Amino acid sequence: MNAQTPTVRPPIAMLAELTHRCPLSCPYCSNPVELARIDQEIDTATWKDVFRQAADLGVLQLHLSGGEPASRRDLEELVATAREAGLYTNLITSGIGLSERRLKALDEAGLDHIQLSLQGTTPEMADEIGGYNGGFKRKMQVAEWIGAIGFPLTLNAVLHRRNLHQLPRALELAVEMGARRIEVATVQFHGWALKNRDTLMPTMEQAREADRIVTEARARLRGTLVIDYVPADYHSDYPKRCMGGWGSTGLNVTPDGKVLPCHAAESIPHLSFDRVTERPLRDIWYKGAAFNAYRGTDWMQEPCKSCERKTVDFGGCRCQAMAIVGDPNATDPVCIKSPHHGALQAQAAAHSSSEGADLVYRVSPKKTAETIN
Amino acid sequence: MDGDEVPYLPRGVRLHHDKVRESWVLLAPERAIMLDQIGHAVLTELDGTRSFAEITAALAEKYDAPQEEIAKDSAGFLRALRDRRFLEVRE
Repeated sequence: MNAQTPTVRPPIAMLAELTHRCPLSCPYCSNPVELARIDQEIDTATWKDVFRQAADLGVLQLHLSGGEPASRRDLEELVATAREAGLYTNLITSGIGLSERRLKALDEAGLDHIQLSLQGTTPEMADEIGGYNGGFKRKMQVAEWIGAIGFPLTLNAVLHRRNLHQLPRALELAVEMGARRIEVATVQFHGWALKNRDTLMPTMEQAREADRIVTEARARLRGTLVIDYVPADYHSDYPKRCMGGWGSTGLNVTPDGKVLPCHAAESIPHLSFDRVTERPLRDIWYKGAAFNAYRGTDWMQEPCKSCERKTVDFGGCRCQAMAIVGDPNATDPVCIKSPHHGALQAQAAAHSSSEGADLVYRVSPKKTAETIN
Repeated sequence: MDGDEVPYLPRGVRLHHDKVRESWVLLAPERAIMLDQIGHAVLTELDGTRSFAEITAALAEKYDAPQEEIAKDSAGFLRALRDRRFLEVRE
């Protein structure tokens, strides 16, 4: 490393994708298109060891996700271990698979916070998008139990062309549920969502309307509901500072124990990933090839290399540069300085005006190797 | 913040000593806020029973500084936490 590469600091957050199993089949699922099977999932003892290593490494925030993390029967035990290790434990769930009894057990285990996903504000919308009948009704029941136990709650509303008109109601729903916080997340196009751009891409008008609604609601609900907003990516002028900068803030562990710099990193074909079963987490973070591939600014090419924003957004998302431009070292094409920006905007306009395409749902991971072969 | 209001950290927001960074942090949903000495001193005084006026009086005595100044400095910090819903108050 030369003088341009800042000293590598310890990670703050870890996303533990406990399983790829999920009762829902959302067409924008951020899991990779190749899902890990149940017989590939790392076991309870390995996860516990990973949590202790993460705390020793400097991780403060642990996000327990999936798939649906409640699909893991050892969830309560894993939460208890993570808390003992000193981690702040956040459960990212659809609510499906959580009973009142399990929530009470999670309370006893010390779970700090719950983030509940929202696919729509009506049963018709939510169940169609999630591909799971009765899911919305169940989720509303789970939200009541969460409130009764007293867990702090964030509602995570995923929005796209089909349901962006429900944003005002999603904000009301969050207040009614007693959520302290809502994430208004416009779909990002990775994984399964790339297959559904024709149905999910918001129009430019929708994107601007969402900006307006969020700005107004932030002022009106100040001190009541915190609104974190992920705007429509393809309709922006500058890219997102993905993961707070590659290998600078957070890491992901997949159900089969691979350690990734971001959840979509496996879409970059030249990268290879270490496993928690083969190498200490500390080594992987500081010395792993995948983590060092896009750390800092040395890897950049023009227009990033000489750009005054290069340490603001670090050239945006490497996976998006790969998916759209075919080069993971390229400037994220969302950036107005990218030579591919015009083409991306034209593509976004075409996707957002396309009609009649059906949703391509995520399929469930296969149960065993035999059923694949 | 009024002097008779009782500020407290709600469930899901807690102080944590970060051994790796040798610093106190406030852990909250999706956030970890590194605290300086003053921030830590103010937050450790919150016990859910004493009012803001009582807390700033205690800090003034402990650090031998004017209460008014401490109240002014900590009010801004606490307001920012309140806006993020990392702090609640009882009358």
